Amino acid sequence: MASRRSDTKRRGDGDKYSVLLPTYNERENLPLIVWLLVKYFGESGYDYEIIVIDDGSPDGTLQVAEQLQKIYGEDKIVLRPRAQKLGLGTAYIHGIKHAKGNFIIIMDADLSHHPKFIPEFIKKQKEGGYDLVSGTRYKGDGGVYGWDLRRKLISRGANFITQVLLRPGASDLTGSFRLYKKEVLERLVEKCVSKGYVFQMEMIVRARQLGYTIGEVPISFVDRVYGESKLGGNEIVSFLKGLLTLFATT
Amino acid sequence: MTKLLQWLLGVSILGVAWGIVTFDILDLRLPHVYKEVAWPMPVYLLVVFGCYSLATVGYRVATFNDCEEAAKELQAQIQEAKDDLKRKGLKM
Repeated sequence: MASRRSDTKRRGDGDKYSVLLPTYNERENLPLIVWLLVKYFGESGYDYEIIVIDDGSPDGTLQVAEQLQKIYGEDKIVLRPRAQKLGLGTAYIHGIKHAKGNFIIIMDADLSHHPKFIPEFIKKQKEGGYDLVSGTRYKGDGGVYGWDLRRKLISRGANFITQVLLRPGASDLTGSFRLYKKEVLERLVEKCVSKGYVFQMEMIVRARQLGYTIGEVPISFVDRVYGESKLGGNEIVSFLKGLLTLFATT
Repeated sequence: MTKLLQWLLGVSILGVAWGIVTFDILDLRLPHVYKEVAWPMPVYLLVVFGCYSLATVGYRVATFNDCEEAAKELQAQIQEAKDDLKRKGLKM
């Protein structure tokens, strides 16, 4: 176990990191992701807060979040629930509104994104002064666990088409594990109109348009959900539609 | 300029150049070889691009990292987390 001393290391550089966790039916995963975030932020010494944006989950996710608040403190676990399932863009806006950090980290709450990469994101951002740092599954030692050949083919194929059409200057556009400067995220969410995968793509494309700098960090993506939710024809079609829209409008 | 317009511009410029060389539109009297090479270029380039795409995507799928270690580490940490949280009073 890590010694007490390393758990309370503090860096006094004034930067604070707000982690946005939009949740829907994540009663099982939420405590685990929070535990991991607390572990890695604690070890690294960076100042942080975790903002849980629950969209009225029927499985009691909010109650679990409240328990976590009691365990870790209200300054570390901030609850910003909403009454019903609304879009990701509005979840970010809602989450940013009372965020105390000057940096925002967005990630999935289902354990596919591992908090151990966050100190690497932070280091990369400080190295290059980047406006945003994006986790990539496609470069360096980034990768995926739990995908069969079909899923990998679709992923690489879609990414290839995206690179050819949009030449975005980032290797992983549909990824949603990113670190943004707060004002950059605010500006981008305002400008983006797409939904789903394409929303994350649009954020990167608009960031480039506005002249923001983008850094990349290889990440491992552990997909435990794929078996239950196969990537079907509908999603592929809507992805292509969204891609062509971006192609024609940006 | 949107990406679409960039593409249309690029394709138009290449298309005009190809048309001029292949069909002698400006009466340039270029050597016959130019015409013979230019004429199949569009199809040729499409085929080359097609092969490049297949090879690139194929290579990337084949070398797509499988994160076995990460999955194992996550499993172990999930157990550690559950135990620690139970001790801290979380009711799952």
